[in-house]
Formats: sequence, structure tokens, C-alpha cells
Amino acid sequence: MTSYCKIDHVDKVFTRGNTETCVLKEITLDIEKGEYVSIIGHSGCGKSTLLNIVAGLTEATTGGVILEGKHVNEPGPDRAVVFQNHSLLPWLTVYDNVRLAVDKVFGAKKSRAERDEWTLHNLNLTQMTHARDKRPSEISGGMKQRVGLARALAMEPKILLLDEPFGALDALTRTHLQDTVMGLHEKLGNTVMMITHDVDEAVLLSDRIIMMTNGPAAQIGEILSVPIARPRKRLELVTDPTFLKCRQRVLEFLYERHRFVEAA
Amino acid sequence: MNMPVAKSDISASIPSAPTPPAVAKIVPLPLRQTAMNTRIRATLGKIAAAVIPPVVMIVVLLTAWQLLCMRPGATLPTPTKIWTEAYDLIVDPFFVAGPQDIGLGWRVLVSLQRVAIGYGLAALFGIALGTLIGQSVWAMRGLDPIFQVLRTISPLAWLPISLAAFRDSQPSAIFVIFITSVWPIIINTAVGIRNIPQDYRNVAAVLRLNHFEFFWKIMIPSAAPYIFTGLRIGIGLSWLAIVAAEMLTGGVGIGFFIWDAWNSSRLPDIFVALAYIGIIGFLLDRIVAGISSIVTRGTSAN
Ligand SMILES: Nc1ncnc2c1ncn2[C@@H]1O[C@H](COP(=O)(O)OP(=O)(O)O)[C@@H](O)[C@H]1O
Ligand SMILES: [Mg+2]
Repeated sequence: MTSYCKIDHVDKVFTRGNTETCVLKEITLDIEKGEYVSIIGHSGCGKSTLLNIVAGLTEATTGGVILEGKHVNEPGPDRAVVFQNHSLLPWLTVYDNVRLAVDKVFGAKKSRAERDEWTLHNLNLTQMTHARDKRPSEISGGMKQRVGLARALAMEPKILLLDEPFGALDALTRTHLQDTVMGLHEKLGNTVMMITHDVDEAVLLSDRIIMMTNGPAAQIGEILSVPIARPRKRLELVTDPTFLKCRQRVLEFLYERHRFVEAA
Repeated sequence: MNMPVAKSDISASIPSAPTPPAVAKIVPLPLRQTAMNTRIRATLGKIAAAVIPPVVMIVVLLTAWQLLCMRPGATLPTPTKIWTEAYDLIVDPFFVAGPQDIGLGWRVLVSLQRVAIGYGLAALFGIALGTLIGQSVWAMRGLDPIFQVLRTISPLAWLPISLAAFRDSQPSAIFVIFITSVWPIIINTAVGIRNIPQDYRNVAAVLRLNHFEFFWKIMIPSAAPYIFTGLRIGIGLSWLAIVAAEMLTGGVGIGFFIWDAWNSSRLPDIFVALAYIGIIGFLLDRIVAGISSIVTRGTSAN
């Protein structure tokens, strides 16, 4: 009945001047604790909007989000976001970007030394300790996302929200980061909601894949469980029949039944 | 700089592994020295490239000036004449020979003191007001055209008004500096605040930064490149304004010195004063630019 995170009958209508566009229609989704859920859909269908509603950055027009029994009505560190374009503060070093979050979330609970240790611990989780004194402009795109991930993890969120975290990266870097995220999910047991438009990525990482129909008024078209045991090994999965079947299901959904119409 | 060189040499020596470690230890040392030598040479080369062209140009221009003004009937003095007649002003900026006969260094300091007060006030007030205006779309839309008009008013045009208001030359000169330099600071700060990327606002929202934290940790650093653009325009305008204002208000500043020299027909002195004004103005601009590049490190190169 009461799930860990519940997206409850969410509609979202954007009003711009006199025109109203309904972006999301009747979105209802339950996410279990520790579950890794991916949301996949064509560009512009409203994935980011949905994630921002869960984050509290955007308000749902009707309906709402309930996290651990509490109604979400503003952004907060219990729903840490890793943004597509990293959103690190360029005037702070890698360490200070994470430390800012640690100080804000644990300022009252941890001592100065503990906060320093916790900052370094999270940088270490994403293998970024080596660049702790660099500024965001001095590190690569993949590294920036790692720092963004460290910052989000450092907040110890109830749910981790990833908005196309690997979208802007080259294939090789993306593979490394996927492995890092998969490893961290296994190790820490975070609840994750990830947006992606990469089918392989969704199948590799997720417990469930939420497939969204095209906008306007996008809905959840289909939900696919990925019954592959963890830990998952990328190379073994290439020939795994379950993996291939899941992959095909998502591809069919995206490219046959809900083909992206350019004119829309 | 020399680190990668040494490193790649070490790794390059790994394939030829059989060499004993004692030898491998000696190898990097002379390498590092030559790296140092090339670095020094490169630095010297860079300095030469920066210094030699301006020096050559100055010599060429002075020679041309000399030739032009040597002709009979020339109205302006030649560089050699300036050198001989204004020798004491050129070589010793800080002499004191009488109450009105002091080195140009002292005069510049008096002017700089006025600039420091007027510009300092403009910086404080401009950043504060710009921050407030930048918060509101309506304040921005309403005030921006007004500022754009006020901005174009010449410093000297403000002088009668400020003399009427303050009835004293010292605060009037300071007010003229303030009113000349404050507009670009306000406008640029406001634009910088308006342009804080939504990403940073989202980060602040997720972290639940309060207003005070948002102001210090997001707003000011994010707007810093804009604020410094305003400050840099402001310092240039201040220096333009003080010279003009002092010509009219009197006192000991460098501006009044020029006016005084003109009235007593000391043309060579005026040329020396112009050189002082130009060099000080240049230094002021470099100082603000230097502070800017330290403070906004990383921010602009996003
Ligand atoms: N603030 C907004 N105002 C009006 N329309 C918006 C706003 N944000 C997003 N949209 C529209 O909502 C739709 C979904 O956007 P988005 O959630 O970013 O899509 P996705 O992340 O799936 O690519 C798009 O058509 C976009 O134009
Ligand atoms: Mg998006």
C-alpha cells in the first residue's frame, strides 16, 4: 500500500501567455526502497519535468509526490539531483563543491573533521580524490559528472535523481561511469531514479524501466521489469537472453509503437 | 612545466629496464636542469617580446615629434626641450620646494586620495544597488533606461550641481567621481545578478541555502565577472573625472596643476603631467584587472 516513493496522479500543464501545454498526464508510479528505476522516452516528452517534480524544483499542476510518507513540496537534500550539465560551481574546487553540500546537510550533526572525512570519503567513492584541488574548468566532462555524483551521494539522499547523467559523454567515458554508478548502487543500496534515452544503459542499470509515450500529455506507456541478477557484468550480458529480450522490448516500444514524430 | 618532461623520460627509460637503478637516478637531474634553462630562456624571450616593440615604437614616435616640432614656428615644445625645462618634475616626483612648488608624485597622491573615496563609495553603493535591482525584473526594466541616460552625462556637467549642493570644492570633486563611476557598476552588477544560471539556483534550492548563504556563496561569485567589468569601467571613468574636476575646483591635485601650468604658460610641465596621468590611469586599470583575475579565477573560463 504505502510505497517508499509514490508519484501520485501527477499532471503538469505549462502556461505560457495564453497557450497551455499539457506535458504530463496521469503519471502514477511507485518506487521501492533500494530500487533502480529508469525513465526512458523520446526527447521533449517530459522526463526532466517529471524528475524536477520529484526533486521539488517544479510544482505538479495536480497530484503530487510522497516520499517516505511525506508530501514533497520543496527541493531538499533528501532528493539529491545529478544534473545533465553537472552544475558544479566553477569558482569552487572539486573538494569545496562537495564540501559545500556536506557543510549544509551535516553542519549541525558532524564535527569539522568528520565533515572533511565525509567529503573525502564521497570523492573517493567516485574516484575523484586525485582532483580534489582542481576547479571544474580544469577537469573533463566525465570527471565533472563524478564530482556531481559525489556531491549528491554526500547528501545521503533518500532518493537519488539522475537526469541523463551520461548524456553528454563519449561512449568510453560513459561506460566507465555506468560501471561506477552500478557498483555504488550495489554497495550503498541507494534508491535511484534515472532519466536516459540510451536503451542499453537503461537495461544494464535498472530494476525497472518506465517507458514514456510521446508528448504532449505524455503518459507511462509501459513498465518493464529487468529480471537480471546482480551484480551484473557488462560483458556477460551481451549474450544474455534476458538482456536481449528486455532490450528488444524497449526498442520496439520506442521505435515502432511510439516512434518519434518530428512534426510534433 | 618541467614535471611532464621528467616523467615521460622516466617512463621512456622503463623499456630499457636492465639498467641499474643507480644510473636511472642520475639521468633526471641534468634533464631537469636543461628544462629549467629552457624555461628561463622562454621567460626571457616572452619578456623581450613584450618590452622591445613598445620601446621601439616610443623611440620612433619621440623622434618624429622631435623632428616635427624642431621646425621654426612650431607651437609645441620638442621632447628635448621638455626634458631640459621640466627636468626637476621628471626626475623627482616627491620634491617639496614650497607650498605650491611640489613634485607631481604628491599631486597624484592627492588626486588618488579623492578617487579612492569617490570610487570606493561608488563601488560599495553600486554593487549594493545593482544587487537589489538585479533581483527584480521590474526594477531592472524601469531603471535601466534611466541609468543608460544618466551614464552618458559628462563628469563636468555634474560639477555645478554638486558645487551648489555641497558648497565646497573637496566634497564636490569626490561627488563628481562617485556619480561618474557609479552607473557602470550598478548596471553591470544588476546584469550579473540577473544572469545567474538556473543551474546554480537549482543547486542552491536542493541544498536549501538560506538568503544569506545564497548571496555570499552563489550570487556574488557568480556575478563577480560582471561586477568587475563594471568596476574596471568605473575606475577608468573616475580617473578621467578627477582630472577634469580638479581643473575647475583647484587645490593641489594633478588636474589643477595642468590648469595652473597653462595659465602661467609652462607647456613642458603640462606634457609631463599628461604622462603621469596616462601612466597612473594605466596602472589603476591593471590593478583592478589583476584583482579581478584573482577573484574570478575559474569563473569566467567555465
Ligand atoms: N518552464 C517551461 N515552460 C514551458 N514549457 C516547458 C517548460 N519546461 C519544459 N517545457 C516543455 O515541456 C516539454 C518537456 O520538456 P522536458 O521535461 O525537458 O523533456 P525531456 O527531458 O523529456 O527531454 C517540452 O516540450 C518543453 O518545451
Ligand atoms: Mg531532459
